Amino acid sequence: MVFSYFPGCTLSTTAKYLDQCARLSAIALGFTLEEVEDWQCCGAVFPVDSEQVAPKLAAVRALVQAREKGRTLVTLCAACHHVFKQVNHQAKNDVSFRETVKNYDESLEYAGETPVLHYMEVLRQYIGFDELKKRVINPLKGRKIGAYYGCLLLRPAEVMDFDDAENPRIMEDFIAALGALPVVYPMRNECCGGYRSLQDKPMAQTLAERVIAAAVSRGAQGLVTACPLCQYQLIEHSAGEVDVCYFTELLAEALGVEDDD
Amino acid sequence: MRIGVFVCHCGSNIKATIDAEYIAAQVQQDAKVVHAAEYPYLCAEGGQQKIINAVREYQLTGVVICACSPRMHENTFRKTAAKAGLNPYQIEIANIREQCSWVHKNKDAATGKALKLAKAAIARVKLALPLFAGESAVTKRALVIGGGIAGIQTALDIAEAGFAVDLVESTPSIGGKMAQLDKTFPTLDCAACILTPKMVDAAAHEKITLHTYSEVEEVEGFVGNFTATIRKKARSVDMKKCTGCGACWEKCPSKRIPSEFDCGLANRTAIYTPFAQAVPNVPVIDRATCIKFKNGRCGLCADVCQPAAIDFTQEDAVFTQEYGVIIAATGYQVFSLDAYGEYAYHDSKNVITSLELERLMNAAGPTGGKLQRPSDGKAPKKITFIQCVGSRDITRGKPYCSKICCMYTAKHAIAIKEKYPEAEIEIFYIDVRTPGKGFDEFYRRAVEVYGVRYIKGQVGKIAEMNGILHMQAVDLLENKRFDTTADMVVLAAAIEPSPGAKPLAQMLATPMDTLRFFSEAHPKLRPVESATAGIFLSGVCHGPKDIPETVAQASAAACKAIGVLAKDKLITNPCVAKVNDKKCTGCGRCIDVCPYKAISLESNAAEANPALCQGCGGCASLCPSNAMDLNGFTHKQVLAEVDALCR
Repeated sequence: MVFSYFPGCTLSTTAKYLDQCARLSAIALGFTLEEVEDWQCCGAVFPVDSEQVAPKLAAVRALVQAREKGRTLVTLCAACHHVFKQVNHQAKNDVSFRETVKNYDESLEYAGETPVLHYMEVLRQYIGFDELKKRVINPLKGRKIGAYYGCLLLRPAEVMDFDDAENPRIMEDFIAALGALPVVYPMRNECCGGYRSLQDKPMAQTLAERVIAAAVSRGAQGLVTACPLCQYQLIEHSAGEVDVCYFTELLAEALGVEDDD
Repeated sequence: MRIGVFVCHCGSNIKATIDAEYIAAQVQQDAKVVHAAEYPYLCAEGGQQKIINAVREYQLTGVVICACSPRMHENTFRKTAAKAGLNPYQIEIANIREQCSWVHKNKDAATGKALKLAKAAIARVKLALPLFAGESAVTKRALVIGGGIAGIQTALDIAEAGFAVDLVESTPSIGGKMAQLDKTFPTLDCAACILTPKMVDAAAHEKITLHTYSEVEEVEGFVGNFTATIRKKARSVDMKKCTGCGACWEKCPSKRIPSEFDCGLANRTAIYTPFAQAVPNVPVIDRATCIKFKNGRCGLCADVCQPAAIDFTQEDAVFTQEYGVIIAATGYQVFSLDAYGEYAYHDSKNVITSLELERLMNAAGPTGGKLQRPSDGKAPKKITFIQCVGSRDITRGKPYCSKICCMYTAKHAIAIKEKYPEAEIEIFYIDVRTPGKGFDEFYRRAVEVYGVRYIKGQVGKIAEMNGILHMQAVDLLENKRFDTTADMVVLAAAIEPSPGAKPLAQMLATPMDTLRFFSEAHPKLRPVESATAGIFLSGVCHGPKDIPETVAQASAAACKAIGVLAKDKLITNPCVAKVNDKKCTGCGRCIDVCPYKAISLESNAAEANPALCQGCGGCASLCPSNAMDLNGFTHKQVLAEVDALCR
């Protein structure tokens, strides 16, 4: 199994554990992540204005490259994943978008052909959580861990097609497969406030604290995320109440492939 | 043949797009058309008189009416023809309104099309033969399916008129949803106090036979002559011996089965009656949960039963019965909230539906009428209601308004404030809809007298943390997002047709709309009749309704049913299949295709029973030797019509 892999900028700097643990775990689980050549920043925020095309070109480029190799594109960062799914959806459904993209660069004739999966979806679809459970070397016994989905992976539900946006299960299934105890809490699919952390600090703080309070109220000792921005927000506002880490860090730990760095 | 053609203006409905005068002039080119005229409203008395006069004056032997759809006024004009001394089947309708004047804008094109349609009808009427209606007998017995307030009222009204009624209910007791309710709006009288006497009346009425814990399995026949197959599920209790003493359910060790009647807020035993005032007051054994049926041990109920009424060997009893009319009264169920994860209905015990609140407020309910939170039994200080959960929601729910929620929520608010004046109540709504006698006054009382806080807006998320329900909400009038909390949240979940309605509609061969409500024959003029003759509609199976409206419709359906039952003979439709036995080879393919079992093989030729035939024409179009024809729609007539259209 070989996938085209789009790591994204943050994963080579502040969120490098998210990336490193994912790569090590992939080797352990027997699939290959082949990094897209010369990838550029996905733009991080999907423009709500459908007329805006230039900020979406980087994603189209990576998608075209994966298509040429006949591969599924795998992402890891929730923000990148959101942008790729949205761009793919627009390329599939919006003729004028396709035409404009082509006017920028003739080689980018693209109509959404490349399947895009998040790393978590690769685990669900290609490995299977039952199989993952068998591969675990260090089960995370007794650890009460809450999944934090945030908003980007789930919504809009019909575009992201990740899981039930109001009552998702995939990350809980993942946590259970690693031998830990998944804690279901109500705010796991609400925004962490990350996008407002510069303009409106009090609001960003309220939102993040609400997520943590909900998780703690249900007995969570740790939280896992798939997004560097969520990770930053939750750590910043957790006041040490819960441990926050990337889901791939847990995965690597359970598979016994932790990076000693 | 002397044909008269009459062109209706239908006010401006036809005349605005079709040149009626031109059509009247053009049709007279046909040598057989001896008279043509136009008139503003042919269906009005003056119009009908004009036709009668013309028939007599010009000795017409055929009439063509260019007007609206035959579904609208074919019968009217047949009666007119009969008055004038013409055979009613020698009139033809050319529909120049619905698919012509109403849909076209270009007057020349529409007039051209209308003329063609008129000519086709003329070609048809030239070949029309006089037909004579037959008669069929009426079985003087009604079948009412569904034993809620709708079915009970319909059954009582028919029985009071002197006709026998079978009332079939799938659960162990009649009473339906109304039996679960606490109080009723807008008068706040208790539901049980006004319902149970009716339940008892229905059970005691000499003309009514109750079949509870029973299902209709098959229906055949037609108006006046239906045959239904009914399955009486094994109660495992002999109804004749049982005294309803209750010793059996007191002793039953299987006590932890969620009660359907209490919406799962309390438990019942394996042998049970759904509620104290159940009619009949005879328990059933739920075999799926009974220890005796699961592993053969136990049998305590039989040990304590003095009259020895328990019968573990009882089997389902299936019987058939003939009926003249059938009334569907299958009611509703509460819409599933699975698609509304943001309301935490499955996550928090303190988020409940309005029907569950009815049980919590009911003196006979699991809390004895004390309002307690399901999670910890504490009295809630602040209660939030959310309206339109699943109603008026085209993306995840139902497109329609469930109609009862605004009023029952006002009722709940008032009832809570009456019992607990200190309680704080907040209601999120999209619109408050209170059209009904005394309804708006009732709602105003909730606001003005009881101080209930109404907020135009919606809740986007409910999260239970440490026993408190935290909500993210929006107030549309103040245009602000805000957070609020409550001890308990009540969701006004949409109502939808019962799951049994769809298979029943198939059995009755009567149409439903896309939302699985039964369709009425005409949305304004025939609101309680189904499109199938002899099938009537009562209550919410036809669309959301409150109790007064349900009872009104139930009585209306009964009245229509009595109209059929009161007749000794029904006039049958003469437009039925007719076999030419010289041509018939006796292949029998028509027998297979006939949905009404009207055709049989008699001495090597098919024979169609005119009482059973509904004139669908399936056999006529299928017959390989052209031996089967349909009166009023003969092959010759249809081909002449097509020829005229193609000319």
